[in-house]
Order: sequence, then structure tokens, then C-alpha cells
Amino acid sequence: MSAVKNPGDSRLRRWLHVGFCAAVLFFLVAPVLVVIPLSFNAEPYFTFTEGMLRLDRDAWSLRWYSNVVGEGRWLPALGKSLVIGTAATIVATTLGTLAALGLNSPAMPGRGLIMALLISPMVTPIIITAAGMSFFYSDLGLGQTYTALILAHAVLGAPFVLIAVSASLSGYNHDLNRAAANLGADGWTTLRRVQLPLIAPGVFTGALFAFSASFDEVVVVLFIGGPEQRTIPREMWAGIREQISPEILAVATFLIVFAILLLAAVNWLRQRDYVRTG
Amino acid sequence: MVNALNDKRVRAALLAAPLVVFVAVTFLAPLVTMLVRSVYEPAVADSLPATLEALADWDGRELPDEEIFRTAGMEFVALNEERALGSVATRVNRLQSGMRSTLLGSARRLENDLPEGSWRDAMIEADEDWGEVSTWLAIRRAGERFTPRYYLNALDLDRGAAGEIVAQPEDRRIYVSLLWRTFLISATITAISLLLAYPLAWLLAHARPARAGMLLLLVLVPFWTSLLVRTTSWIVLLQNQGVINDLLVVLGILADEQRLSLIYNMTGTIIAMVHVLLPFMILPLYSVMRTIPPRHMQAAASLGGSFWQSFRRVYWPQSLPGVAAGSLLVFIMSIGFYITPALVGGRTGQLISSMIAYHMEQSLNWGLAAALGAILLLLVVLLYLIYNRLVGVDRMSLS
Repeated sequence: MSAVKNPGDSRLRRWLHVGFCAAVLFFLVAPVLVVIPLSFNAEPYFTFTEGMLRLDRDAWSLRWYSNVVGEGRWLPALGKSLVIGTAATIVATTLGTLAALGLNSPAMPGRGLIMALLISPMVTPIIITAAGMSFFYSDLGLGQTYTALILAHAVLGAPFVLIAVSASLSGYNHDLNRAAANLGADGWTTLRRVQLPLIAPGVFTGALFAFSASFDEVVVVLFIGGPEQRTIPREMWAGIREQISPEILAVATFLIVFAILLLAAVNWLRQRDYVRTG
Repeated sequence: MVNALNDKRVRAALLAAPLVVFVAVTFLAPLVTMLVRSVYEPAVADSLPATLEALADWDGRELPDEEIFRTAGMEFVALNEERALGSVATRVNRLQSGMRSTLLGSARRLENDLPEGSWRDAMIEADEDWGEVSTWLAIRRAGERFTPRYYLNALDLDRGAAGEIVAQPEDRRIYVSLLWRTFLISATITAISLLLAYPLAWLLAHARPARAGMLLLLVLVPFWTSLLVRTTSWIVLLQNQGVINDLLVVLGILADEQRLSLIYNMTGTIIAMVHVLLPFMILPLYSVMRTIPPRHMQAAASLGGSFWQSFRRVYWPQSLPGVAAGSLLVFIMSIGFYITPALVGGRTGQLISSMIAYHMEQSLNWGLAAALGAILLLLVVLLYLIYNRLVGVDRMSLS
């Protein structure tokens, strides 16, 4: 009724609300995107030069991109990030998917407690995890090895897989298992032929999250990685700390494009998940 | 039937077991290692066994006798020859400053010129600190294998000469105030995030599904973008010669010499962290608000309530689970945050995490790093348990 009594008030409120939300969305997205045009700056500055604003061709250039490719620092780093990320994702996805299947069975004892334990690497501050791992792996003599980094990134990524697969399984119809059993399938066959194909979108979503977590992880790399394991985040960290150069913006642009592709992939998978189970 | 249920239980447990074991070995064991390090420090005890055994019977009131001086002096010399005295000296120095040079200097002099007469006179001549009872007490205390001193230090406390607990000297009290600052900054970030997220989540929750999906993607873009990239962006935007200051100068709002210091201080930490953590506030709010039927607000309005009355009495109470979930999540993530404050926080925008990193990487005081880590871990676990009770971790969602 108040809306009827005072229509101007309500419309004003509506506009204020939409304007405020637009500002918040701008705050969320603009800082990420501003890096992209700045990475084509011909000058070593971090702001738009007058030439760039006038759209002078000379003010824009690809020099930072050619530096990134030519410098011999970033490509090996990309290779290392890919190796560690892929290995960690395989471990995390395998263990996380199996655990999700177990934990989402109604028969699972102590479900809540185990779930809380398995998710805890995701919520524990990374600085604590990294400090503990640094003590642990150096005591084991595994300090500064790929093995240590892969195990570390796998345990950090597994909770993402667990959550994503659990979400997929929550829409899963357990009657299908019974139907498969009635048709003579054993537990393993049911898992492989019925359950896994249906939750595949969840598994891939989890794997993408786990990979992205590893691909962006720097604190554990700083604490337990040696001079050999200079991944992309490690190089970016050094670049930002020591002497920030526009090359960083070129690498950042690459990572933004990568993030948008990942987001698109996850979004696509989610829609598939709805089609099948929702 | 019972057998069938047992079979299912066993199968479920077997499926979960590999990850449980993996998390126990690669995550819990490192945390336990850290907790052990925070109270266990065997290095000095292992290096100076004879000295510490001799000091065990000493009364601690008067200067030790010649026998103890000789045992200790010879052990210092022997360690110095093995180049192993340095790490012992560093550890004793943490209990009493100046001890590093006392130990290393005296050992060098004794090594060059082994005393023929009294070790006691020779050592006091080499460094008069050896004539102080407190020097010997410090060595005895440094030799304790299990020690609460890292926790005491982490709380700005220390033990006095007689073992009583005393406050650290004023200039060395840093951790309690840093912990407070961590709390205040985290609370500020949580509050700002809630203010920004609430109206947006409302809009998303009650928009047409297609449009809500589009807008949600905008929320998720920063969520997916590398943390280091987002931090780089803020450096680019906020620095003195950065985009925002340039814009303010060009628009004539600021004169060139009035440029704002927006980064490398607490302001920088808060702005960049709100940006990083905002999606973690928006998503739980959104998922709760989606379940509140818009009819409730319409009903309240038709009963004569003003917008604010209806909001306060009808909508807000129903959205509280989302407020609690989002706020707890953002607060938990804030108090342990490291990367962003380390890169944009300067001197005044550092959180407790940066002291852990400092002691891990620079001062190499691992015991203290472990104790600070353990205190932070305790806080996070408590908040996590509250979160689990209120929201349930299994209801955590990724999108």
C-alpha cells in the first residue's frame, strides 16, 4: 500500500538500489579488466598515457608480450605450473570423487565429522598449512621437491572436488542403483556404467576448481618449493614484490583470459548437470 | 538385511578411506608437526649435554663453580670448532640479547688461548657477562627441550630470572596488538562486504532467472581470476601514479601534489581484500534470499508496513542465515589472509600472517612462527566449528 500512497518514493528507492548494485558490480569487475588495455601500453607506466587515450597507434604496443615470450623466464614457469597442476588435479580428482561417492551413501557412518575434516584444507589459512608443510617435508627430506608440491596441491584441491561431486550426487536418484542391481549389475559395474557417467559434470567441475587452485597457489610454493619450482604465481610474486614491470600485466591478461575460459567451462558443465539430474 | 546394510557401510567407508588417509598424512601430519615445533626445541639440549647436566644441580643464585665453567667452556670451544655454535648462540640470544656475541666471541678467544689456570677467570676476562648469574640461567633455560616460551613470546610475555611470567619490555610487545589489528581489519572487511553484498544479493535473488544468471557471472569473474592478478590490478589502480590518482588529478578534484596514498597501507589492504572476499559474501546471501518468497514483502506492505518496517520485521530475519554464513566465511578467510596484505599492505596494513611468514623466512625463529600459527589455527578452528554448527560445511557450494 505504501507504494501506492507514495509512488515517487518507491521508484526512487528502486533506482538507488539498481544504481548501487551497478556500482558494486563495477567495483568487482572493472579492476580485473583494467589490466587488459594497460598491458598494451608502449611506455613502462601503469596508467593510461595521453597517447593511449587519443588512440595513437604508437602509444599501444605488444612489446611486453614479446618480452614475456622472449625472456626465457615465463615459458618454463608455465611448464612447471602445468606439470604440478595436472598431477595434483589427477590425485585430487580421483581421491575426491571416490570419497564423495562414499560420503553421499546414506549408509556412511560419521558423515558430518568426516566431511568437516576433508574440507578443512580449504578453510585453513594457507600460511599455516604452508608453514606446517615446510616443517613436515623438510623433516622427511622431501623439501624442495616436485613430490612435496604435488602432494600439497592435491590435498588443497581435493575439497573442491569433494564439494562439486557431492553437489552433483545430491540430485542423484539412488533408485538407479537399485534398478542396476535388479538387472544383475554388481557394485563396481553400477558405479562405472551408471553413477560415474551421471555425475561426470560434477567431477569435471571439481577437477577444474582443483587445477585452478593449484595454478594460482603461491604460498606453499614459496615455503616448500626450491629454486627449481618457479611456477607462474611464484614468478608473479617475485615480480610484484621486487620490481613491478608491465610484463606482469601481460601475464595477468593471459591469466584473466584463462579464468574466463574456466568460468565458461564450469558454467557449461553446470547446465549439463541440470539437464541430466535436475 | 543387517548384512546388506553392513556391506553398504563397509563399501562407503572404503570409498572414503583413501582421501581420509591422504588428508591425514599430507595435511594433518604437517599441522601436528607445526604444533610439536611450537613447544619442542631440542637443538640446544642436543648440542650442550654436558653443560646442561652440570647446570641441572646448580642452585641458580650464585655464580657457578669452576667445574661448571670448565665443562661449559670446553663444550663451547668444541662446538665452535665444528662450526655448530652459531645456531646454539642464536637460540640463547632469543632469551637474552647480547648472548650471541658473548658465546661466539668467548669461544673464539678460548680456542686461540686455552686457559691453563682457572676457566672461570679466563671466561669472565673474555666477556664480563659470564660473571652474571642471568647469563647462566639463560643457557639453562635455552636447554629445556619442552618449553612454553614461544607461546609466551607470541602473547608478548616472557619468563623472568626466577622463571616467573613477566610482560616483555615495551619495545618488544608487538604480537597482541597485531592480533587486535588483525581482528579489527577483518571485522571492517566483513562489515564493508556485507554492506556492499546485501543489496546486490537481493537484486540477484529476485531478478528474472536469465538476468540473474548473467549478473551472477559478473560476480564469478573476479572469483575465478587469479588472486595475484587481482592484487596486481589494485597496485596498478591505487598507486601514487596509478589510474585512480591520475583520474582525480585530471578531473581537478586533487592537485598534483595532493595525490592520495591508497596503497601500501591499511587502506590498500582493506580495499583489495574486500574485492577478493566480496563473492564469498554475495553467494551465501544469494542462496538464502532466493528462498524468501517476494510475496512476504508484498504482504507486509499491504498490511500497511512502510518499506523499512517490512524489511526489518519480515525480510531481514529471514535473510539472517545468509548474513551469518557469509559474514563468518569472510571473517574466517580474512584473519588468516596472507598474500594480499603482504603485497599491498605496506607497514600498517599487515596482519598476523605476515609475522608468521617473517619468522619462517627471515628471522628463522621457527618455534615462534609455529606458536603464532597454532594460535591463529585455534581461532580459525573455533570459528569453523561455529560455522559448521550454524551452516554445515556440507552445504558449502561452489557456484
